[in-house]
Amino acid sequence: MRRYSAWAVAREATRYHEGWERAWRAPEPKKRYDVVIVGAGGHGLATAYYLGKNHGITNVAVIEKGWLGGGNTGRNTTIIRSNYLQDSSAAIYEKARSLYETMSQDLNYNVMFSPRGVIMLAQTEHEVRGYQRTAHANALQGVSTEFISPQRVKELVPIIDISGPRYPVLGGLWQARGGTARHDAVAWGYARACSDMGMDIIQKCEVTGIRQEGGRVTGVGTTKGAIDCGKLGIVVAGHSGHLAEMAGFRLPLESVALQALVSEPIKPCMDVVVMANTVHGYMSQSDKGEMVIGGGTDAFNNYTQRGSFHHIEETVRALIETFPMISRLKMLRQWGGIVDVTGDRSPILSKTPVEGVFINSGWGTGGFKAIPGSGFGFAELMAKGYSPLTAEFGLNRFAEGRFVDESVAAGVAH
Amino acid sequence: MLILECPYCGVKAEETEFHAGGEAHIKRFGPGSSDADFEGYLFNRENPKGVHFERWRHANGCGKWFHVVRCTMTLEVFGSYSAQVSEPPQEIRDAITAKRPGWCWRDFA
Ligand SMILES: Cc1cc2nc3c(=O)[nH]c(=O)nc-3n(C[C@H](O)[C@H](O)[C@H](O)COP(=O)(O)OP(=O)(O)OC[C@H]3O[C@@H](n4cnc5c(N)ncnc54)[C@H](O)[C@@H]3O)c2cc1C
Ligand SMILES: [Zn+2]
Repeated sequence: MRRYSAWAVAREATRYHEGWERAWRAPEPKKRYDVVIVGAGGHGLATAYYLGKNHGITNVAVIEKGWLGGGNTGRNTTIIRSNYLQDSSAAIYEKARSLYETMSQDLNYNVMFSPRGVIMLAQTEHEVRGYQRTAHANALQGVSTEFISPQRVKELVPIIDISGPRYPVLGGLWQARGGTARHDAVAWGYARACSDMGMDIIQKCEVTGIRQEGGRVTGVGTTKGAIDCGKLGIVVAGHSGHLAEMAGFRLPLESVALQALVSEPIKPCMDVVVMANTVHGYMSQSDKGEMVIGGGTDAFNNYTQRGSFHHIEETVRALIETFPMISRLKMLRQWGGIVDVTGDRSPILSKTPVEGVFINSGWGTGGFKAIPGSGFGFAELMAKGYSPLTAEFGLNRFAEGRFVDESVAAGVAH
Repeated sequence: MLILECPYCGVKAEETEFHAGGEAHIKRFGPGSSDADFEGYLFNRENPKGVHFERWRHANGCGKWFHVVRCTMTLEVFGSYSAQVSEPPQEIRDAITAKRPGWCWRDFA
């Protein structure tokens, strides 16, 4: 792999940029791999990357039915934070956040990680108490957050109206090293690194069946023919239930649409990420100047990658109350993604009833921030059968009543 | 945006008139059942790509719960029917078969 650098840019500038090579190969599938990962989103690619980097397993294929990063990874609003309530959540999300800090250097790919700070607004007494509790929990977990006053919120976000009208800002949970990153670049950076390790990323190839013998996985059927594997990782977000059905088990999650939208670009006006969970809206400004807005999920199962319009209306109406200056902005684009939501709003990183089949799912509305930590832990789980990062996120937690309840901290989409 | 019809008052309205209540016809397991059955009933869901049976409530109307069958891949609604049944009636199954020949889910085929 030819490395990207200022020197490489200068070199290519002298020869009409004809020397850049393809970032990843486009191979035909081999007959067999040690590990097959289904789904080339951020989580699938990060898993493959850490299988190679940390565990020396490089005979790996990542199989993707569309194009890599074309699922939720390329559709999300890229908020990165680790201010969760439960210890096991804080551990994996903070691992991920800290890996984001050095991801551009590690991958030699600019993922534009921007630790600009994330505020979660407290707009009811209940939220004030909830976020104070989270701030205390975070202090014990070694996650750096603080509960800030309305005046401090106003200093950080001059365009906010802290006086209401419906929901005055009573404070906020502030994580100074939270922020955003370029979502496509995260997928592309991992894909390039995986391809460089000799892994095959096979796009436009849909997994249509999972083959087993005596309760153990032997391979997958795909639209490009059968592929054998020693181990299988299912990392398909909204399609998790569908893949589980192929393998013959059910999952404690359901697939619903989550939407986002962006405005026309405007001059810089807000340099932090603001989340308003009571009114169900969150907003940041992209480097191009667009206001990036996300809202709530639909309440019904859906695989169409389009959500209901009334959610957009509700989100925008709520945000206009909090940010009056955006009321005249024109919205440019709107889209949806299918997110896999569990009852306790925590992910599932687990062995499954089929030996050799592992599943990484249930990230729901908030898994972009977790990509590197999830890949790190899930690769360890797949390689060694155990990872301290994923131990609490097994499927057995439901039968045993050991929920990792984040429905308060993560009750809104992000 | 979904358009649903309440089988009780016959009102046809878009989804904001209603409240979604999740998967329908879930078989209940209680005390004395196996752990696996109880877990399945409480947590595991079909989450199908295709024909989905679900419960809705006419929240901003007559207030009653009812059943809807819908395709999760197209958002097409096949029909709605009373909440007082534990399986879809024959005319609902026929309506699905007409649009999705060979559809199959649980023991309803
Ligand atoms: C609108 C929106 C906003 C969001 N905002 C945020 C946010 O601000 N912060 C945050 O942390 N998270 C956010 N999320 C959630 C986040 O996007 C997801 O949790 C995360 O991207 C999931 O990554 P993934 O790799 O698991 O899934 P995906 O990126 O969806 O990748 C799964 C891949 O599997 C492929 N696949 C499916 N079935 C098959 C098959 N049969 N064969 C082969 N391939 C298959 C799909 O094509 C897809 O590419 C948001 C999500 C949405 C939709
Ligand atoms: Zn009614």
